[in-house]
Amino acid sequence: MANIQQLEDLTTQVRRDILRMVHKVNSGHPGGSLGCAEFFVALYNDIMERHDDFEMDGIGEDLFFLSNGHISPVYYSVLARSGYFPVEELNTFRIIDSRLQGHPTTHEGLPGIRIASGSLGQGMSVALGAAQAKKLNNDSHLIYSLHGDGELQEGQNWEAIMYAAGNNVDNIIATIDLNGQQIDGPTDVVLPLGNVKEKFEAFGWTVIEINQGNNLEEILKGMKVAKSKTGQGKPVCVLLKTVMGNGVDFMMHTHAWHGKAPNDEQLEIGLAQNAETLGDY
Amino acid sequence: MKTYTNTGSKDTRSGFGAGLTELGQTNENVVALCADLIGSLKMDDFKANHPDRFFQVGIAEANMIGLAAGLTIGGKIPFTGTFANFSTGRVYDQIRQSVAYSGKNVKICASHAGLTLGEDGATHQILEDIGLMKMLPGMVVINPCDYNQTKAATIAIAEHNGPVYLRFGRPKVANFTPENQTFEIGKALHLTEGSDVTIVATGHLVWEALEATKELNEKGVSAEVINIHTIKPLDDKAILESVSKTGCIVTAEEHNHLGGLGESVARVLATNRPTPQEFVATNDTFGESGTPAQLMEKYGLNSDAIVKAVEKVMKRK
Repeated sequence: MANIQQLEDLTTQVRRDILRMVHKVNSGHPGGSLGCAEFFVALYNDIMERHDDFEMDGIGEDLFFLSNGHISPVYYSVLARSGYFPVEELNTFRIIDSRLQGHPTTHEGLPGIRIASGSLGQGMSVALGAAQAKKLNNDSHLIYSLHGDGELQEGQNWEAIMYAAGNNVDNIIATIDLNGQQIDGPTDVVLPLGNVKEKFEAFGWTVIEINQGNNLEEILKGMKVAKSKTGQGKPVCVLLKTVMGNGVDFMMHTHAWHGKAPNDEQLEIGLAQNAETLGDY
Repeated sequence: MKTYTNTGSKDTRSGFGAGLTELGQTNENVVALCADLIGSLKMDDFKANHPDRFFQVGIAEANMIGLAAGLTIGGKIPFTGTFANFSTGRVYDQIRQSVAYSGKNVKICASHAGLTLGEDGATHQILEDIGLMKMLPGMVVINPCDYNQTKAATIAIAEHNGPVYLRFGRPKVANFTPENQTFEIGKALHLTEGSDVTIVATGHLVWEALEATKELNEKGVSAEVINIHTIKPLDDKAILESVSKTGCIVTAEEHNHLGGLGESVARVLATNRPTPQEFVATNDTFGESGTPAQLMEKYGLNSDAIVKAVEKVMKRK
């Protein structure tokens, strides 16, 4: 387990990776990626028990599924910096013949990815299937998943949420990135989600709230609580309140950078706010 | 001419159920999921014998497909069961992304395909599912012809590593292929040898094709019937070899002529050996309520329709 300073340094480097990746190809989704940088860093460097070598079946280790696949920049950066593939490969993000497709996929064989995602609302079901497979295999390890808040507008989620509680799938921790933004604007304007906590609870889930979702210590603390609630007959949901675009001041608190890359000047400003720590790829 | 005997009509969905029961005993990695249609899909035995490996998901087909994709991660071989309409059209994007593009070892098993679902009518009578599934890269598409073959196909697809769409039906139909046959994915089966016309049929239309040969024989027409149980990958070689001998072909399927077996065959012929072809299939239409026999007659999917198509195509040689 790394100390907080190491995780902070890694997070800063991940932010730089995200900005540089989307800038290079002038496409991709920096906003949600930046908002979840701390969560991914904590997940892969502290929270999950995982093997160094990637195997699709993931027997005997915790598994993670990303449902909102458009935040692939943060996923790729953290996977690379967690040893799944060379960090230099981040240079190939979204270019032809790359394993780093615009949205994550198993199709090109990138280590660390277990399902394609991008078309929203499917990841919860997949994660629950993997959780059921763990139970069948008498594997006590956990399934982690991440979902956008806007993504909860997809109906399949609610089929899955109902299924999980009804079948006591208690080896899953599904995290919702509550940043309150989606492509067309604030979720409250596009299609209000209502009280997400009460909705999950009404569906029979245990809900843990992490109100400072961009604070590593708060994430570690909250996820530890979430972990302690597994194995008790109920699925566990974490509501992670994050700021879209976190760590780059002009990208924060707006949906404007959901799917837009910075220009040269904006990149320099963003990088200046996140000084190199572990070395750029 | 080789003849075939109906050893007792049975529904192909029961063949699926019997195959699944056998798989339950022989392959511990096989798991089954159903969206509130256990009785219709004949999954009762598997559920009773292996409650831990059976997942009732409720009326939530999208979730079922996702669960199945997830279950493969950990080495399970999931068989999903619901009607063909809800197995394909309703969950196309879930199959596309979480199963096909992700390369997951999921077997999508679909009953009540086509018009022979009968009285429930067009909302449930999907005639587009073969097209939807065959367009997905990597998807194997199988439509066996009778009980014995459906049972054999069910058992065989567990050994194939990759996504499979297995299509079968509701009504009792002639059971005429061998019991305990070995099913080879992608291998067309020659049922009769003939020299005047090739009839390539799939699913329930295979028996109708055999019935048609009796009348054709009386008229002095020698028909070669090929059972194409696997629409994808298609046995191009068997089709090309047969038409090189007969010079014309009729395709027969319980499906829209747009996107079905016939179009797959037409592509093979157009790119290799342009050959006159007639289609026994529905003509870009929805179905309606009625008995299976009434519907097959009204929509031109029975042995009479095949005879007419043969007579038409032979004039075009």
